[in-house]
Order: sequence, then structure tokens, then C-alpha cells
Amino acid sequence: MMISARAYGDNGKMKEHHYTGPVEHKFSPYAFNGGTVLAVAGEDFALVASDTRLSEGYSIHSRDSPKCYKLTDTTVIGCSGFHGDCLTLTKIIEARLKMYKHSNNKSMTSGAIAAMLSTILYGKRFFPYYVYNIIGGLDEEGRGAVYSFDPVGSYQRDTYKAGGSASAMLQPLLDNQIGFKNMENVEQLPLTLEKAVQLVKDVFISAAERDVYTGDALKICIITKEGIREEIVPLRKD
Amino acid sequence: MALSNVLEPAGSGFNFENSTRNIVLENGSEEGKIKAPKPMKTGTTIAGVVYKDGVVLGADTRATSEEVVADKMCAKIHYIAPNIYCCGAGTAADTEKTTDMLSSNLTIFSMNSGRNPRVVMAVNILQDMLFRYRGMIGAHLILGGVDCTGSHLYTVGPYGSMDKVPYLAMGSGKLPAMGILEDRFKGNMDLEEAKALVSDAIHAGIMSDLGSGNNIDLCVITKEGVDYIRPHRESIYNYKRQAKYKYKPGTTPVLNKTVNQLELVHETVQMMETAGSS
Repeated sequence: MMISARAYGDNGKMKEHHYTGPVEHKFSPYAFNGGTVLAVAGEDFALVASDTRLSEGYSIHSRDSPKCYKLTDTTVIGCSGFHGDCLTLTKIIEARLKMYKHSNNKSMTSGAIAAMLSTILYGKRFFPYYVYNIIGGLDEEGRGAVYSFDPVGSYQRDTYKAGGSASAMLQPLLDNQIGFKNMENVEQLPLTLEKAVQLVKDVFISAAERDVYTGDALKICIITKEGIREEIVPLRKD
Repeated sequence: MALSNVLEPAGSGFNFENSTRNIVLENGSEEGKIKAPKPMKTGTTIAGVVYKDGVVLGADTRATSEEVVADKMCAKIHYIAPNIYCCGAGTAADTEKTTDMLSSNLTIFSMNSGRNPRVVMAVNILQDMLFRYRGMIGAHLILGGVDCTGSHLYTVGPYGSMDKVPYLAMGSGKLPAMGILEDRFKGNMDLEEAKALVSDAIHAGIMSDLGSGNNIDLCVITKEGVDYIRPHRESIYNYKRQAKYKYKPGTTPVLNKTVNQLELVHETVQMMETAGSS
């Protein structure tokens, strides 16, 4: 009945096309599966949070697909973007971690994992992993560390970073609440674990309101010297 | 009224003056490539069902601009005539303006002829207009109403196609909604059953489709009148933020302050004739 058909565009998002003549269809090796990841570093803790929705176009593949992967007792990585590349990349990282442990008889530190990931990503500079990575963990001195990456391996150490589909909505709010940017006459208290967790929950509730790819549930991995603790919070399912 | 001397009167139909300029801008030099602003689409689930005494129309309330939710409580069931309402999916501006124009045309007809418009008239006018614009108007509509010949439900597509059906869903969430309708629809349902069916169909669209969400609006049209229920079912997801994000006065840094004193040059008082003046 309707001639206009909906098709997936190059990046997996919905694209409408009118039939105006022969159309060349290109095969795209990438798809965009949505999802948002966030990491915050404190004095003696780190948080890595992600939503659990896996989508493509306007459909939902899964409501329970978290994007945080535990690497060692002190490091968690959050990956969002193309799910196929996320899975392969985490497999490769885990294999390299094992190899390091067998050769050097100790676990990799957060900083070492970050440097290694940068090399792995740059190795595919001309056919990149379509993944936005954020590593959160404790450094050798027990302080919180966050490393954020771009798809081809450029990275830096941050105090907080948001990545994925709702990153543009979350990052300015974090800049204001954690970095105290654009504010004057405000008492700059150091960030406690309770305040950080509450901030992350609030920020994801807001992101789920306005970003269609974020929702279903929020998984927070809290990394302290005691170990890694998980918290799951429901988000909008519509 | 002074403006009508300054501006040219608007011609009829679409204005294509800027199309060559837009093509030049989009295909311009590599650094200067400018993308045209994308129109807001409703990315919707709408549904309609004919029951024993009339028609029930339903719609979700989310409007999206690609991946961002632009409006959480937008009204997608538009008034056409006292006995005809229309749900619209597709480009938001197109559905608004098309249904507005249709409504105006039918009001003029009612005044001229002294009769209530029939649903089939509304459909014919819509079909005519959308076909004439060759699909450039992205309006996918479900029209429902009750007139002297009975209760009717029609769908009109953006290219001008038309279909008369007992139940229907449209929009990006039509597939899940149609699943529910196909499963539970039967002829001559009573009111509560019909409302529950449409509401569940829209709910399926809301849960399975990312372009639909938030609340459900319903519109029940019978011979006696119209019951516009907005919202029929509110979204159960109202997670509140735990902290208050309020800023005390003085938080925003003031970088610079300039004061321009406005000088009073000349003052005139003009008396106006107002109807019913004291």
C-alpha cells in the first residue's frame, strides 16, 4: 500500500527512502547498536556505569545486554557502539590479559591495560573497531582512574567521561556537577562514593527520558579496594 | 495591518525559491558542506478500531528528532470536524498543516451546506491533495468518524493511497500494534473492549518501538459525540531524580556589565476608539 519503505541507513539508524529510480545499495560492515557508558574516578574508588539496552534502527534486540565488562579485580571496561566489534574487542583484551599474567606472573594494571588497548585499536587504523571505550579502575596507588578512548586508539586519563549515544547530553552535566565548571561561589567538596552513585543514577534517568537508544536498566560497577560491586537500577522501557 | 504593505502576499502551494540555493550549499566546497536541517518526525504508533457504536482512535505521545525525544506529550489525534478526528504519523509539520487545512475546508463546507461533513468527503479531499504533491508531504494518516451513513475508518498514505478498514495501525510502531489488533479484533465489540484493545495495541508499539513512547491518548467517536481522553494511560515510568539540581543566585559568573541608558526623545499620546469603551 505504501511505496515508501523504511530501511536501515549506513550506520544502522532508520532511513526513509522514496522510490525515485534505481538505487545503489551498499553493504556496510558496521551497525549502530546504541547504548551509553559513563565512568567516574574518585579519591579511592571508580565507577563504570552503562545502560543495558541493545537496539538497531527503531527495534530493540535485547533489554539485558550490559556494556560493562570486568577485566581484572581493579579494572572494568565499558564499550558502546557496534556490538559485534565490542564482543570481539573484549575477547582480544581478555586473551592478552591472560598472556600477560602467564608471562609476568601478575595482573595488568589499569594504566597498562589502557596503553595496550590504544595499540590494539590503532592496529586496525584503516578498518577500525566501531567501539567507544572507557576504562575505569584503580591505579597502582589505589586512586580512581578513568581512561577514555576514541575508535582508533587516542586516549587520555580523565576524572569523568561519558561515551555512546547519550554522551552529548551527559557530559555537560558531569562537567558542571563534578568538574564545577561554569559555576562560581560554590563549595568544591571532593566527590564521595554515595554522591557519585546518586549522580550517575540521576543522570541516566534524564538520559533515558530524551535519548531513544538509552533505557531498560542501568548497571553500575563500583570498584574499590574491597573489590567490584554491582548495582542494577531500572530505567524507562519505552 | 501595516505589515501587509511591506511583505508580498504569499502565493499558493509550496515555495521553491530556495531550492537552488540549498543545492549549492549542500554540494558546496568540501569544508563548507552544510547539511539541511532535518524536519521533526513523529516516529509514532497510531491505531484505530471500528466498534459497535462508533470508532476508537489511539496514539502515543512521543515526537522524535532522529534519536532525541523532542516532545514527550505531543498531541497526535487532530480535530477535523465535530464528528471526525484524524491520527497523524510521519513528518510532524506535514500532519499538522494537512489536518488543519482539511478541517478549515470542511468547516467552510458545513457553513455553506448546513450539513455535517461525511468521513468519505474528508478522505477524498486528503487523497486529492497528497497525490497532487507526489509524496513530498510525509503524512501517514488514520481518519475515523461517525456520520449519517455509519462509522468509518480510513487510512490515507503520503502518496495518496486510501484504504477503508475495520482496524488499522500506522507509524514506526505499526508492526507490534498490528500484531495485537490481528489477534484480538472482532466485529461489534463493546466500548470497554474496544478501548482496551486500542490501548494495548498502542502499548505494544510503545514497548517494542524506540520511536514511540510516553503516554497513550484515546479518542472515542460516536453518534452522540466525542470523548477525547488525553491521556488515557500515563506512562508508568516516572523515576524521580534523587537530588535537587538548583543553583543559588550568584552561581553564574558575571564577566562584563554595560548599561545603555535609553533616552526619551519624544512622547505622543493617541486616543483610540474601542468598542464598548467606558
